[in-house]
Amino acid sequence: MSSINIDGTDVPFEPGQTIMDAALAAGVYIPHLCHKPGISPHGSCKLCTVDVNGRAVSACTMAAAEGQKIENNTPALNEVRKSITQMLFIEGNHLCPSCEKTGDCTLQAVGYHLGMLDGHYPQFYPRREVDASHPSLVLDRDRCIMCELCVRASREVDGKDVFAIGGRGTGRHLIVNSATGKLADSDITTDDLAAHICPVGAILIKDHGYEVPIGRRTFDLHSVAETDLGEVKLTKTRHHDE
Amino acid sequence: MHVHHGQESQPGFLTQPQLNDHLLHRLHDLQTRFRHIPQPSIAELAEELQLPITQVEAVIDFYAFFHRQPRGQTDILFSNCTSCGDLALMQQLCDRLQVEPEQTRADGRISIGQASCIGMCDHGPSALVNGIPLTSITAELIEQMAALIESDTPVASWPENWFRVGNHIRKEGLLLSESFEPGSALKSMRGRNRDQLLEAITASGLKGRGGAGFSTGMKWQFCRDAESTTRYVVCNADEGEPGTFKDRILLNSHADEVFEGMTICGHIIGATQGYLYLRGEYRYLLDALNTTLQRRRDAGLLGANILGEGIDFDIAIVVGAGAYICGEESALIESMEQKPGIPRIRPPFPVTCGFRNQPTVVNNVETLAAAANIILRGHEWFETRGTWQSRGSKLLSVSGDCARPGIYEVAFGVTIEDILHDCGATDVQAVQVGGPSGSLVGPDKFSHCIAFEDIATGGSFMIFNHTRDLLDIIGKFTRFFAHESCGFCTPCRVGTTLLNNGMQKICSGHGTAHDVDELARTAALVSRRSHCGLGITAANPIRDGLKHFPQLFEARLLHQEMEPEFNLDASLAEARKLTRRDDAEAHL
Amino acid sequence: MSKVRVATTSLAGCFGCHMSFLDMDERIVGLLEHVEFSRSPINDIKHCEPCDIGLVEGALCNADNVHVLREFRENCKILIAVGACAINGGVPAMRNHFSLQECLEEAFLDEIGVDNPHIPNDVEIPLLLSKVHPLHEVVKVDYYLPGCPPPADAFVKILTDLLEGREPALPKNMLHYD
Repeated sequence: MSSINIDGTDVPFEPGQTIMDAALAAGVYIPHLCHKPGISPHGSCKLCTVDVNGRAVSACTMAAAEGQKIENNTPALNEVRKSITQMLFIEGNHLCPSCEKTGDCTLQAVGYHLGMLDGHYPQFYPRREVDASHPSLVLDRDRCIMCELCVRASREVDGKDVFAIGGRGTGRHLIVNSATGKLADSDITTDDLAAHICPVGAILIKDHGYEVPIGRRTFDLHSVAETDLGEVKLTKTRHHDE
Repeated sequence: MHVHHGQESQPGFLTQPQLNDHLLHRLHDLQTRFRHIPQPSIAELAEELQLPITQVEAVIDFYAFFHRQPRGQTDILFSNCTSCGDLALMQQLCDRLQVEPEQTRADGRISIGQASCIGMCDHGPSALVNGIPLTSITAELIEQMAALIESDTPVASWPENWFRVGNHIRKEGLLLSESFEPGSALKSMRGRNRDQLLEAITASGLKGRGGAGFSTGMKWQFCRDAESTTRYVVCNADEGEPGTFKDRILLNSHADEVFEGMTICGHIIGATQGYLYLRGEYRYLLDALNTTLQRRRDAGLLGANILGEGIDFDIAIVVGAGAYICGEESALIESMEQKPGIPRIRPPFPVTCGFRNQPTVVNNVETLAAAANIILRGHEWFETRGTWQSRGSKLLSVSGDCARPGIYEVAFGVTIEDILHDCGATDVQAVQVGGPSGSLVGPDKFSHCIAFEDIATGGSFMIFNHTRDLLDIIGKFTRFFAHESCGFCTPCRVGTTLLNNGMQKICSGHGTAHDVDELARTAALVSRRSHCGLGITAANPIRDGLKHFPQLFEARLLHQEMEPEFNLDASLAEARKLTRRDDAEAHL
Repeated sequence: MSKVRVATTSLAGCFGCHMSFLDMDERIVGLLEHVEFSRSPINDIKHCEPCDIGLVEGALCNADNVHVLREFRENCKILIAVGACAINGGVPAMRNHFSLQECLEEAFLDEIGVDNPHIPNDVEIPLLLSKVHPLHEVVKVDYYLPGCPPPADAFVKILTDLLEGREPALPKNMLHYD
């Protein structure tokens, strides 16, 4: 079987697999937010940025190929990923203590994994619309990270087309496919994958917040990765892109 | 975003050459008619075109020329380009008409806003008035404009000479000095098979004139060899790089060469349908281009059985609506597919999976004009100019501080010094070669050459003399990228805004050494980790500035450890107003 | 050996971080062998003297918060941002979703049961910033202690590390944003 080399370890791959596919199959964690096995890859969050033979690529969209020498879990790359995670935090309103998803949020878990202490950059504090029109779902755009997992899940798995991203640049925002633009008037149901796939607290099932006590939530018990940093320095560190 | 639902592949031959039902065109019609896109029309249009409402909504919000709120009967967009923009004139008009920028006056008569470079850099300050370029604006002209607007004079009755757009060809080289008989290149194909024609292109060494410099022959070959029954030729006339206007001249005076280049490419690769993607800022050229296309059809140079040689090929025009990113070829294709211009994941490249997921050649206007001439005159003709790695000539759009801005067709290998001499530029502080996404070059590099192997360029050549505030110009370029980022990937979406905020802080005299460090750090990340060329080049002005002009940054810095990220006293202004307080404690 | 001087304060916060600090219970006795407190709600000293360590809880929501933060930065060799509010605005920053005018009108003019509706304008009342901000947007912050609140163990760890001359670090399981 052909193989790629990730951080010095040979990882087998099959034709058609991306670097991410091969890594996950071999139990090698590459940080990611917009990727989900079974949904078409997107390459937008850039958290899975790796250096392949010195070139920066997204592991989730780049096909694995013989001879690829891949840097993944290096201090420099994790520092870059921390900066990208910080960008995601500060462009939205991610106020963990008041979010129902806290403890089960992948953005938060990635922050823990990377030893993120703060947002580092000045906060954007955007004003984004909340859509609570649906009887059993709520859409809080403050927490949306534009990963488009809901967009893709709705199209590819649910066979619907409930979500899309509108706008441009920092004005990008999640929009709903209905005449009013409201979730209540769309054909989404709580049976849809799109209703559950949100990695953050932007799309939530109503009446189910804070059901799991602190200490027993997903990321109280598990790390987002197999491999993890043992300790977090409480001072700022720097990335070394250049 | 990259799921192409509802867009099944179909042979595109001779279907709707006018593309009346293209979403961008329909939205343009609505915008023109109602001065905005009325909410009820969105669902109607979606149903009529059988598109999801979200797709129509996303397109409206993506392109700068579509609006949710009504614009004025006269809608004026001042270019904010460093060469064809002057925002002081915009402010003058706003003051004169008592209207805030980007807001429509209560009587609905006027709205005034900004546009990214509109490609009139050889004409001085310019603006789009209801979409039509008005050039060489002066303070006096602003007064006259204001009077016409206040007297409710329709734009159609404004003095015609205000809208005059000249060619300003200052130097003719290989391409521009030759006269071109429509059909001559097509006729010259007789007796040569497709392989021989492709070989002529390949042998000429022609490289893409958009700036990236990929071999045109190879691109055509990859597309020809890609597995499919349907292929497309697309001419990228989305000339959005600030400071570039050479395609405007080619489309204005050499359209036959461009269309002939497309037709030749179609014949070689086996495509029957071509598209010209025209930037919305150049819509004023549309009628003339369509006339040329019809003339060519009438002359048997386009359509079925061209010149009786059994070649079928036609061309339709898609008009953009204000989005720099659509100059990126895969974003352009998305835009052609009636979607926001978001660059696709590459690979696959358009040559194997492009428009409607079919193999597609996307070439720059100048590349296609050159290709037509190479077929007509032979690759030896082409090789008489340029360097071995950069053969032929390049059209430069020269603008900024010089006596004679305009088009200079130069042989590759020419030095920056020579160009500055030709155009009458003195006291030059720096040149931005290739536009904001290119390189900021100081006098120490003026002996360098314009060539793919030295300083590559898509054609923009902006000159800044010592009266200019170069730091402010870097700030403007940085703001441009923040405005034009499509927002798909995190590093570019957030990073370009962080860079813009950082530059504005430094330019306004509130930056510290710490802010410069932060800027460099963010610039490195955005350059290296972004999804497409926009993000990869967005920090070039800052990085070049820090590298070649560090003293400009240093001179503007505060010598303290830290300066707040926002103006503390200004942050109390709203509270002061609400409490009607202005005592000492009401300030910071 | 002279004791390490520590100051603490709560800006726009809920004092929850201070409560968590006190949750170190009897360990504070051991800590006091090496530490003495300057300005702190614990002892009600009103102004910060020159200190080694400043612990600041809460976000910046008004002019007084800015004055206090600056006093801390000027007097403390090491400044630590403590808790979610200090680090990204936290719950107080939820008001950033609204304009200041909307907030004040809702609270002082339009709210049901408001008596004598007017927006308070006494000069003794610090004016509100148009938005709530985290500390590091106004002063340089040396260390960050996330959590809402950070656990008592985290306070013990960071202070112990600093007292013993180590770069402070937390075991991974102690890092959380809620």
